[in-house]
Amino acid sequence: MDTALLVTQIVNGLQLGILLFLVASGLTLVFGILDFVNLAHGAYYMLGAFISATLARWTGSWPLSVLLALPLVALIGVFTERVVARPLYGRSHLAQVLATFGLILVIDAVAMLVWGVEGQAVELPAWLNGRVTLPGGAELPAYRLVIIGSGLAVAAGLYAWVHHTRFGMLVRAAAANRDMAEALGVDTARLYAAVFALGAALAGLAGMLVAPLTEASLAMGLEIIIIALVVIIIGGIGSLKGAFVAALLAGLVDTLGRAWLDDLFKLAMSPEAAETAAPAVSAMSVYLLMALILALRPQGLFPPRTRGHGQ
Amino acid sequence: MSRILRTLAPWLEGLLLVLLAAAPLLTAWTSQPFWLDLATRLTILAIAAAALNLVLGIGGLVSFGHAAFLGIGAYAVGIPAWHALYGGAEWIASANGFFHFALAAGAGALFALFTGPLALRTRGVHFIMITMAFGQMVFYLLQSLETYGGDDGLTIDTRSEFPLANLDDPAQLHWLAFATLLAVLLLIWRMREAPFGLALAGARTGERRMRALGYDVTRIRLAAYVLSGALTAIAGAWLANHAAFVSPSMTDWTRSGELMFMVILGGAGRLLGPLTGAAAFVLLEEVLSSMTTYWHLPFGLLLILAALWQAGVFSKEGSST
Repeated sequence: MDTALLVTQIVNGLQLGILLFLVASGLTLVFGILDFVNLAHGAYYMLGAFISATLARWTGSWPLSVLLALPLVALIGVFTERVVARPLYGRSHLAQVLATFGLILVIDAVAMLVWGVEGQAVELPAWLNGRVTLPGGAELPAYRLVIIGSGLAVAAGLYAWVHHTRFGMLVRAAAANRDMAEALGVDTARLYAAVFALGAALAGLAGMLVAPLTEASLAMGLEIIIIALVVIIIGGIGSLKGAFVAALLAGLVDTLGRAWLDDLFKLAMSPEAAETAAPAVSAMSVYLLMALILALRPQGLFPPRTRGHGQ
Repeated sequence: MSRILRTLAPWLEGLLLVLLAAAPLLTAWTSQPFWLDLATRLTILAIAAAALNLVLGIGGLVSFGHAAFLGIGAYAVGIPAWHALYGGAEWIASANGFFHFALAAGAGALFALFTGPLALRTRGVHFIMITMAFGQMVFYLLQSLETYGGDDGLTIDTRSEFPLANLDDPAQLHWLAFATLLAVLLLIWRMREAPFGLALAGARTGERRMRALGYDVTRIRLAAYVLSGALTAIAGAWLANHAAFVSPSMTDWTRSGELMFMVILGGAGRLLGPLTGAAAFVLLEEVLSSMTTYWHLPFGLLLILAALWQAGVFSKEGSST
């Protein structure tokens, strides 16, 4: 097997994993801390892509559009938290699922009204559009490395923020025991809104990063949310570390599976059978990974130790 | 308001059953064949919703992946019918309706039997998400079946063949689907009073007590999940015959959400609730989509309001379930 191809596929897998992490981290924070199921989390990803695409056209600068779009998506996050999520904190998960499912339909319909059904391409500035050669001879678009780099920076920032700042400490306190945190004078309502906004912004950022590669499309939110849910299930709901490990794992399994599963299958079965079976299995690979991990560890890889939540 | 609804509901549902039974005659009389199409769709969705109600309403297991069973049942008709017409895969090629429906129920039950034990190891919200992920797994699997149209789906050129009946006749198809609905409702009605149904409901309201009484709660739930999967797959087989078309989009997770909406709207756990829910969904879809192409917008808003209402946000006492 040629190393250049291997390196390329690994980079692709990491890039997918990083994008998954950006979406899943917000989801797992909202889930772990607020005990709230937000199916509409993928909508922020889609909105991030569309808003930055529009702003990039207006301003003519993609990096500027990202800076402007981030607070906008966070604002949308705050708004949806206030209207849909907040009344449902502490209520049944079923109601949360139904309400956020409705929210998806609403956001998608609004997005269709605003942007139409066509996808929107985003053009990168020339300095991001080059190619780099990695050791081993793999030649890659530099932008893929930009995605991986910025994702890693965000992951590090998030870790530092949760574990080494006062705000992060309050968040952890509220996650462990909301009533106690409130009794000690923490304004949990504002704290929750902030976590929600942060999660929305992270998902939005993922959408902004992916838009130049794939273009912004209406379906992208619905597609990513399920894989993001799988990622947080694998990682253990509420765990940032788990989301990070599981996202990279899912990204690599998916990408490498699509690239090489048919070769692997050809070792065990006839070429024709391998040609039919491989696409089917690789399409399901992430879900099979989830099934495998759940069979071994029903709570995921890194179940966080929390108290104070029913179920 | 809710008391009026509660007294009126059984009458409305009874009326709905009568209307559905008479639908082919009524639509022939008024020469509105389109309404029969709608009535058949309603009937089939009601079968699926009733099957979901079995696990969600009675068992308290919030499955968000039931559309997968619809797809499995639909392809259990589509694939044998395709091979019967175009050759290949003799072991599965058949136009026989009994074979189609048995295959649908069997495949649905088998998928539930494989995914159920894993999903049932989890509780609450984990269960919601895992069933959702398994449902999506079926979606991607069907999408990758290039032989059977992949993403575009498969047109069914010959509907399931039964002796003495012809599914190409919309009225006969409607009556047979309606008979299936009645059989499913009858089964669930009997089951609710039977030891199995009581144990299932008991596990919802007091899992620890049921365990303490010596019931194998997980096995009871698995049995209900498998039964529900088989029944939903039968609804899927009807759906395939009705539309003469199957596609992966039948298993999209938003479909599962719609099924859940029907069960909740009709009142989770009520025997005839899924009927009301399916009727409300089909009418809403029809009315809203005729008013605006963006019918998901009002539908989504309704869904949010329904969820807030269901969680008791609007009532003072806050009767959360």
